[in-house]
Amino acid sequence: MSRRRRTPKKRGAGVTTVVVLRLYIAGGAPNSVQAIANLQAICREYLKDGHKLEVVDVLEHPRRAMAEGVLVTPSLAKLSPLPAANVIGNLSDKAKVLLALGVKDKAQ
Amino acid sequence: MIATRSKAVQALPKLATGIEGFDQLSRGGLPRHRTSLLVGGPGAGKTVFALQCLVNAARRQRTAGIFVAFEESPRQIIANGATFDWGLASLPEKQLFFLDAHLSPTLVKAGDFDLAGMLAMLAAKKQEIGAQWIVFDGIDVLLTLLQDPVAEMREIYRIRDWLAENALTAIVTAKLEDRTSEALHYGFLQFMADCVVRFERRQEERVSARSIQITKYRGSSYAAAEFPVSFGPSGIEVGAAEPAEIEHYASSERITAGFERLDAMLGGGVFRGSSTLISGVPGTSKTTLAGKFAEAACRRGERTLFVSYDEAAEQIARNLSSVGIQLKAHVKSGLLRMYSARTEGISAEEHLIKLRSLIREYRPQCMVIDPLTAIAKAGRMGAARTAAIRLIYLVKDEGITLVVTALSEADDPLAESTDLQISTVADTWIHLSYLVRSGERNRALTIIKSRGTSHSNQVRELVLSKSGPTLTDVYSAGGEVLMGTLRWEKEAEESARKIRQRAEFDQKRRELHSAEARTSAEVKALQVDLERQRAELALYTGDNEVRNVSSSERENELRRRRSADPTALSPRKSGNGAAK
Repeated sequence: MSRRRRTPKKRGAGVTTVVVLRLYIAGGAPNSVQAIANLQAICREYLKDGHKLEVVDVLEHPRRAMAEGVLVTPSLAKLSPLPAANVIGNLSDKAKVLLALGVKDKAQ
Repeated sequence: MIATRSKAVQALPKLATGIEGFDQLSRGGLPRHRTSLLVGGPGAGKTVFALQCLVNAARRQRTAGIFVAFEESPRQIIANGATFDWGLASLPEKQLFFLDAHLSPTLVKAGDFDLAGMLAMLAAKKQEIGAQWIVFDGIDVLLTLLQDPVAEMREIYRIRDWLAENALTAIVTAKLEDRTSEALHYGFLQFMADCVVRFERRQEERVSARSIQITKYRGSSYAAAEFPVSFGPSGIEVGAAEPAEIEHYASSERITAGFERLDAMLGGGVFRGSSTLISGVPGTSKTTLAGKFAEAACRRGERTLFVSYDEAAEQIARNLSSVGIQLKAHVKSGLLRMYSARTEGISAEEHLIKLRSLIREYRPQCMVIDPLTAIAKAGRMGAARTAAIRLIYLVKDEGITLVVTALSEADDPLAESTDLQISTVADTWIHLSYLVRSGERNRALTIIKSRGTSHSNQVRELVLSKSGPTLTDVYSAGGEVLMGTLRWEKEAEESARKIRQRAEFDQKRRELHSAEARTSAEVKALQVDLERQRAELALYTGDNEVRNVSSSERENELRRRRSADPTALSPRKSGNGAAK
C-alpha cells in the first residue's frame, strides 16, 4: 500500500534521482557483450540525468560475485533508489528492463 | 574411492557413493571425473541421493563437495537432511559448500543469459576448498528459465565442458516426469551424462513405492533391473539383490524348535542359523509355537528378537503366558527384545529397513517375526515378496536362527506358495491346520519340509495346555484321522478295553489260584487221612505183639499161682521184669 502511494512521487522526482546500477558479466561472452551495449543504450536514453553504472567481470572477481549473490550472467542489479531490483539476461527486452528499473517508457 | 581393475583391461575408475546397495548394482559407484544424471519425478529421492553422496564423501573419504541448489534453498535442504543421521549441520563449509542457486521469483528475465559466470564462481570455490564432487540439483529449473531449446543445449554443453576441465565428479539431477514432453531435455542431458539413473515413485496399493534403475553407464557393466529404494535412518537405501552366489555358514548344531516332541518330529530340532516357516490359517497357534521357540532361546541365554506385527508386545506376552510361555521375565532381563509395529500404509521395504536397523542394533542370535505376511498388507505383492526374501537372507547372513509365521488364507498349505513364497527359501516348513469333525476344530501339525533332517511324516495333534503346547499321537480309524474328543473317545475306549482285559485276566488268575488252592487242600486232607491210616495200621501191628506177650505171661502167672509146674519158674521171673 505504502509503495503504491509513494510511486507517483518518485516518478516525478525520478528525473533528479541518481540510479545506481551494477552489471555482472562474464568476460567476453556474447550475452555479456550484448548486455553492456543494451544497458548503455537504455542509460543514454532514459537515465540521462543521473546514473552510476559499475560493471563487474565475474571471471575476474568470482568470490565477490558469489558473495553478492550473483548466479547467472549477465545480471543487472539496481541498488538505488529502493526498491532494489534484479534483472537477468542480455537486457534485449527493453520494456522489462525499464519496468524493473522503475523508469517510465517514453513510448507509452 | 574404489577403482575397479580387471586383469586385462583397465576398468573405468569409479567413486563409491557409500549408499547401501547402490555401489553393488553400479559395480563400484559413480564414474570418476564424469557426469552422472539422476532423473525422476518429484519426491523420488534424487536430492537425498545426491546429498548423501557428498556427505559420505566428506565423512568417509574426507573429500570436499559443492552442492548447487537450483530448486530448494540450502536451508530447506539442510533441514531435510537433518532427518537422517548424517550430522549435516555440523559439516564445515570447507567439506560441503552449498550454493544457493535458487532463483528468486521476483527476478526479471530480460533476454538470454548463460552460466559462464556461475561456472567461474564455482571454479573459484572448487580451488578454494579442493572439492572433488559437485552436485547440480534441479538443473531443469534453470533450463526452463532459458525458454529456448537451443540455449538449453548450449548451456548443457557448457556445463559438460566445464566439468571435464575441472576434473570434477558431478551429479546432475533433473525432474523429468513425463518422458515424451521433456524428451528434448532428456536427450541432451542423457548425452552429457556417462551414467544415467532413473528414480521412480509410484503409488501402489496405498503405499508409495520408490525404485531406482540404472539406464545407462558408459564403459561399465551394471545391474540393469529396477531395484526398490527406501529411506532409512541413514538416508537412502537401495534394495540391491544379494550377490547371486549364496554363502551362508551352515552349522550342524541343532537347537530346540520349542519343545521335545516337536524336536523329535524334526529329527532333533532345527539347525542353528536356519529359517523355519510356520504357516497356517488364523488361530492355529502359530504365535504360540513361535513364542515357545523364543522362550526356549532365552532359557539357553541367547539374545532374542521378537517382532510382532499388528499386535502389541504386551498382549502377546499375556496371551502366551496363558499357555505356560513366560516371556516377560526375559524382557525384563534384557535377553528378549519385543518390537511391535503397525503395518497399515507402510511398505514392505520400510519394514525391511526398520528390521535391518533393529538387527544391527540388538544383534540377536534368535529371531521371530510374527507374522511375516503382514508386511505385504500394504503395497504391491511383488515388492513384499522380494522384501521378505531379502529379509530372510539378511537374517541368515547374520547367522541368526529365524522363525517366521505366515498367515495363509486357505487351509491348504500349497496356498501359501502363491503368497509371499517364503516357503521356497525357508529351511523348515511347519504347517498348522484345523481338522473339523463332529462339531469341533482341532489343530494338526505337519512338517512339510525340513532340509537336512530326517523329519517325521506323521500328522500330530497340537494340544495347548497351561504347561505349554505339546503334540499327541493321532488315531487313524477307517482311513480318517481322529483328533480332539474323537481321539479322546478312542483313547478312552482303548483304555476301557485294556481295563476290561486286565480285569478278565485277574479274574481268571484268581479262579486258577483258588482251583489250585482247592486241589492242594484236597491233597493235604488226603495226606492227613493217609497218615492216620498208616498210624492205625502201625497200631494194629504193635497190639498183636503185646497181646501175644501178655497171654503167655498170663499163662505163666497162672501156672506160678497154681505152683504146679516148677520148671518154668526162673524164665517167668525175668520175663516179668522185661514186661515192666
